[in-house]
Amino acid sequence: MNSPRTFQTVILTIIVVGILALALSGYLSTFSRLALSPFVGVQTWISTRYLALQDFINTPRDVTLLRLQNAELEAEIAQLQAQIIELQQQNSELEVLSALLDFARAHPENEYLSAAVIGRDPSPFLHYVIINRGSDDGLQRGMPVVSQQGLIGRIAAVTAGAASVQLITDPAVAINVVIQPSEAEASLEGSITGEINVVEIPLDTSVQPGDLVLTSGLGGSYPANIVVGQITSVRSRPFDLFQSASVQPVADFSQLDIVLVITNFRPVDISPLIPTPSAP
Amino acid sequence: MATLIAIPILGLLLILQSAIVSRIALIQGTADLVLLALVAWAVQERVRTAWQWSIVGSLLVSVVSAVPLLAILAGYLLTTLIAVLLRQRLWGVRILGMFTATFVGTLITHAMTIAALQLSGTPIPWDMALNTITLPSALLNLILVVPMYALIGDLANWIYPEEIEI
Repeated sequence: MNSPRTFQTVILTIIVVGILALALSGYLSTFSRLALSPFVGVQTWISTRYLALQDFINTPRDVTLLRLQNAELEAEIAQLQAQIIELQQQNSELEVLSALLDFARAHPENEYLSAAVIGRDPSPFLHYVIINRGSDDGLQRGMPVVSQQGLIGRIAAVTAGAASVQLITDPAVAINVVIQPSEAEASLEGSITGEINVVEIPLDTSVQPGDLVLTSGLGGSYPANIVVGQITSVRSRPFDLFQSASVQPVADFSQLDIVLVITNFRPVDISPLIPTPSAP
Repeated sequence: MATLIAIPILGLLLILQSAIVSRIALIQGTADLVLLALVAWAVQERVRTAWQWSIVGSLLVSVVSAVPLLAILAGYLLTTLIAVLLRQRLWGVRILGMFTATFVGTLITHAMTIAALQLSGTPIPWDMALNTITLPSALLNLILVVPMYALIGDLANWIYPEEIEI
C-alpha cells in the first residue's frame, strides 16, 4: 500500500540532491541568474525610492543645522577681522612712535614732547594743524615742531589744552635755510598750493637737484641743521638777482598723525637789534 | 533759545570741519560747513536770528582759525545779508536762494580772507587762489547745499513751528 508514496519520496529526494549537487558544482549558475534578476531589479527600484524619501525627510534638518553653523562662523570671522584691523592700527602707531623715538635718540641735545594732530585750520588758504598739547604741557608760542623725517613747522598759538602749528608750507612762512653741500644760505617760502621754494640763492652758488635743505639757525626762529627737504629743480635766469629752487619736503603733510615739539628751544627775538632808519 | 542753540550746532560743525572736512580737498579747496549752516539758517522763512548766528559762527571760527577775526566776521555778515535779501525775493524757492547765496558767499568770504592776508603781508596771488581754492571750494559747498538745507530746515521748523489758524 505505501509503495507509491515511498517511490515519490525517493524520487523527490533524488531530484533535490541532484539539484543541490549541480548547484554546488556550478552547473546551475545561468538558471539562477535568470531567476534572480527580476527580484534584484524590483529590490533596487524599491531601495532607491526609499533612500530618496529618507533624504527628503532629513534634508531640512541638515540645512537648518548648516545654516546655524555658517552664521556662527561668519560672526566669528567678523570678530576676527575687527581684531585684525585694531591690531594693524596699533602696529602702525607703534611704528610711528618708534621712528619718533629713534629721531629723539639721534638728537639728544633737544627735549621733545609728542603730540597728536587732531585737526586742521578751517581756512583752505592757511596751512595750520591743531595738536592736542597746550600750555598745560609746557608748550609756548614759537617752539619748533618736527617729525621723524624733518621739520614740520612752529607753534603759532597756544591754549591750555591745544596748540596751533604753522606748517612750513604756509604762504606766510619764511625760514632761513642752508643748502648742502654748497653751504649756500637762502630763504624758504611756502605757498597756498602747499609747495615750498627756496629763494634768494646767490647767483655764484652751484645748486643741483638732489641737494639737501636744512635750517641754518639764522634769525633764531628754528634750531640749526634740521632737515627740511630736497631740491627738485633750480630756476636761474640771466637777468635775475638770485636763483630760486623748488623743494620736495621730507615730511608728508597730508598724513601727519604724531609730531614732536622741541620744548627746550626758545626762539630769539632779534627785532631790537634791527636798526630802524632815523627820521631826517 | 534760537541764538543759544547756535553755539552747540555751529560748534559741532566746526569740529567736523577741522577734524574731517578740511582733510578732504578738491585741488586745494575745502567745503565750509559753518558758511553752509549760516546760509541755510538765513534763508528759512520764519527765522529771525540769522545775524546772531552769523556773529556766533564768526567768533567760533576765529578761535580755531588763524584768519583775522574781522575778515571772518565781514565775510559771514555779508553772506548773511545776501541770504536774507534772496529770502525776501525768492520766497517760493528757498533752495534756489541757498544755492545762489552759497556760491556768492564763498566768493565773498574768500575775497575777505585774501584781502586780510595780503594786508598782513602774506603774498597770495588772486588768480591762483581763484583757480585752486575758491572755485573748488564753491563746488564742494554747492554739493553740500541740499543735505545742509534739509538739516537746518528741520531745526528751523522745530524752533519756529508753523502757526496754524483755527
